Amino acid sequence: MALMKRNLKYRLIFILAVVAGSVFLFYPPSQKINLGLDLRGGVHLVLQVATTDAVRAEANQVRDRVEADLRENGIVFSRTRVSDDFQVEILGLLQDQEEDWENYLTQYSANWTVRSRFREGEIDSVLSMNAAYRKVLIDQTVRQVRETISRRVDQYGVAEPTIVVYGSGDVKDQIIVELPGIEDAPRVINLIKSVALLELKITHPTQGGPYTSREAAIQSFNGALPPDFEVLKYQDTSETGGEEAYMVVRKAASITGQHLKNARRAEDAFSGRSEIEFFLNAEGVALFSRATEQNVGNRLAIVLDGKIRSAPNISEKITTESARITGTFSAVEAEDLALVLRSGALPAKITMLENRTIGPSLGQDSIDRGVRASWVAVILVVIGMLIAYRVSGMNAVACLLLNLTILTAVLAYFRATLTLPGIAGIILTIGMAVDANILIFERIKEELRVGKTVRSAVDAGFSRVFLTIIDTNLTTLVAALFLFQFGTGPIRGFAVTLAVGLIANIFTAVFVSKTLFGLILQKSNIEKLSI
Amino acid sequence: MDIVKNPQVDWLKFKWIFISVSVVLVLFGGGALLTSGLNLGIDFTGGTLVYVKFKDTPQIDTIRTTLNRAGLNGQEVVRFDEESKNEVQIRMAHSKTDDSLDLSRESEQISLALREEYNREHLSNEKLDLNNVSRIELSTKLRNLDPEKLIDSLSASELSLHYDEVANKIVDYRNQNSGMIHNFSELDGLELSTTVSHVISEETYLGNFVVISVESVGPKVGEELRTRARAAIFFSLIGMLIYIALRFSWIDGFAAIVALFHDVFITIGIFSLVEVEISLTVVAALLTLVGYSINDTIVVFDRMRENKRLMRRSDLYTIINKSINQTLNRTIMTSGMTFVAVFSLYLLGGQVLQGFSLALVIGIIVGTYSSVAIASPIVFWWQNYRTKKSV
Repeated sequence: MALMKRNLKYRLIFILAVVAGSVFLFYPPSQKINLGLDLRGGVHLVLQVATTDAVRAEANQVRDRVEADLRENGIVFSRTRVSDDFQVEILGLLQDQEEDWENYLTQYSANWTVRSRFREGEIDSVLSMNAAYRKVLIDQTVRQVRETISRRVDQYGVAEPTIVVYGSGDVKDQIIVELPGIEDAPRVINLIKSVALLELKITHPTQGGPYTSREAAIQSFNGALPPDFEVLKYQDTSETGGEEAYMVVRKAASITGQHLKNARRAEDAFSGRSEIEFFLNAEGVALFSRATEQNVGNRLAIVLDGKIRSAPNISEKITTESARITGTFSAVEAEDLALVLRSGALPAKITMLENRTIGPSLGQDSIDRGVRASWVAVILVVIGMLIAYRVSGMNAVACLLLNLTILTAVLAYFRATLTLPGIAGIILTIGMAVDANILIFERIKEELRVGKTVRSAVDAGFSRVFLTIIDTNLTTLVAALFLFQFGTGPIRGFAVTLAVGLIANIFTAVFVSKTLFGLILQKSNIEKLSI
Repeated sequence: MDIVKNPQVDWLKFKWIFISVSVVLVLFGGGALLTSGLNLGIDFTGGTLVYVKFKDTPQIDTIRTTLNRAGLNGQEVVRFDEESKNEVQIRMAHSKTDDSLDLSRESEQISLALREEYNREHLSNEKLDLNNVSRIELSTKLRNLDPEKLIDSLSASELSLHYDEVANKIVDYRNQNSGMIHNFSELDGLELSTTVSHVISEETYLGNFVVISVESVGPKVGEELRTRARAAIFFSLIGMLIYIALRFSWIDGFAAIVALFHDVFITIGIFSLVEVEISLTVVAALLTLVGYSINDTIVVFDRMRENKRLMRRSDLYTIINKSINQTLNRTIMTSGMTFVAVFSLYLLGGQVLQGFSLALVIGIIVGTYSSVAIASPIVFWWQNYRTKKSV
């Protein structure tokens, strides 16, 4: 049925409203369009959190606590250990303490399953972490890692970072970090990855070292290190004449990073070398002064990520809140280390699964080329349509331009990310957008050839072709859906632009094209159609 | 304007020629796949890809020896983009298959090795590499040096802002200039104060190369992406089959799928033949192709359905031919327009999208051919087979 005059007017007004609304939504484009990392430049990281670290730490903590409690109450046992699969084993308790032991263990029953075995008058108990608790622990750890990374990135000063927890399946132990506009990716990546575990440990009073090898250290204890001491690598090799150095320190740290209030880069007044000055909170100061008071004459090992950075002598009780970490740091290194200490240690190690760093110049280059290719595509398609369908071709051109306008507006409104493949998607939409119009035009031509009047030919054209247009656009839409499911980042950008372009296409081809034809047919005695 | 005036071609007459051509193409593709295999990008193999731009024309051999010297073996170094851009792509496979290896170290090691070779004179001094510095670092350095001696007249935050602006000007210029400044005189156009210019030329140097981008993919991720890519292509083909089966008939669906599979297979075969890298975006192009290429087939089948109703007394042979002929103009126009658009992308879109646009260019050509040459004959043969059976 041909379009009535009044109907036509409403339709036109609606279309103009859509145009106006669209332009309003996406103007000015440089502010409203959200550019992807591949166009803006930046870093995209996929990080794996070593959640087993957290599980192991928890098992160790429980083991330490149980052992301490047993010792405190003078209860006899052979030994405790943490197995490879993080089960806590307490072996060799005396059977007659069974009742007390089971009462004691009830405090762990919420999160741990206890299995006790009785043999030869002794009890061996194994605590295994419940699956639910383990999951809670993992989730907590991952969340903490995410927050720590967030703090570090924040302090570094990244605009609009995206840091989200991610995971395939039901284990969400990966983190995706997207930092747009970063120009020195290696430095930021280092900032994110360093564990930054700061511990202050007291060295062994008489046999602290330094030693030139781990074996030499253990040897000095006749091959058996006391259970509450450990050997750590010492980074200052000046005392061992340039060879490797190791020291023997207490396992338990007197002060850890939790006691830090602040940290900053400082310069040694004489040598001008960079150092890190850190400040302890109230609890830290108290612990520090007690530790130094009890250990005058010993050395204080400042341990960072399991390696001793420096080990100054404790000459007296220290009550100040600040201390310095010295070493061969460049200004940038010291700055970064201070930043990382301020933000807190990572509760678990992270390894990098994926890194895509696009420099800003490449991003700019890609935008330029993409825009240029788009313009050329539009111009060529417009010329093609005008040559093939003459004045009716204008109809197609109008639909095409409207398509692009709507597409841009929708992207801007939903703050969808425009990526380089997304630009390619726009170019593809340009080619496909005209398909609907081509279908209509060819059909109209056929009807005209058969001898129908212009008006009925146009009507027949639209009605016969309607379902085909829906079909063709729908199938490509389905493909776009699969792309969205399968793809990540840039590919999703492509799927989104393609999908939006197709939907806009259906609207313009059916609604707008018909309206424009309606306008042309308004001349009541039109005999020939320029098509 | 009709491209082909009233075509009356007997398409089905050529069905055996079409099939032979297709079989040859498919065999070619298969042969290429078996012999040269697929040039899989690091998205699927895992590895590190570093794009480096050099100030002067880089000698590939020099780069290779430099990297080998640093113990980074097994790398491929290729020239990237046009000659004049002096860009090089360095690709390294992972040296171990241990998935706890440190991805970031690999690209850092490449940077270090290149720096030792190309920025040798500046390794030990404290100067900043103006071609690689971030605006934050440059601004900080300028603030500390304060060449314009503003520390007495401005507050601390104003001072920061001022030098931030200066740094921004320099770095923005660099970014718009393909990421590299060739000599200090280029900065004259930025209207920097003489003291700042002096400090820049004293305290910084112009590095001889810039790392434009880095892509590192761990082996586990690579494997996962491979699986997902295969699954995506498979399921989208099934998706199309179901859609056509629902809208038309199962045999139509089957014919369409064979045509689609033929398109994708030949495209991949050509990629294998010319050894173009298959990256994530290429797979995305293939998936798009699946969704696009079915359109031609739909249009023909739609017309066949209409003609079956209108031309009840004609046989299938005539109906199929007529349907193809009637939609020929539309097919040529649409394929033509889409081809033109995608070809522009291929020529002008740049290196990053080359694989993607090539896949679409090939796909559109093959796809148009297959709806006439594959889908229609299959429908005809099946119908023949069924009518023969019922007789």
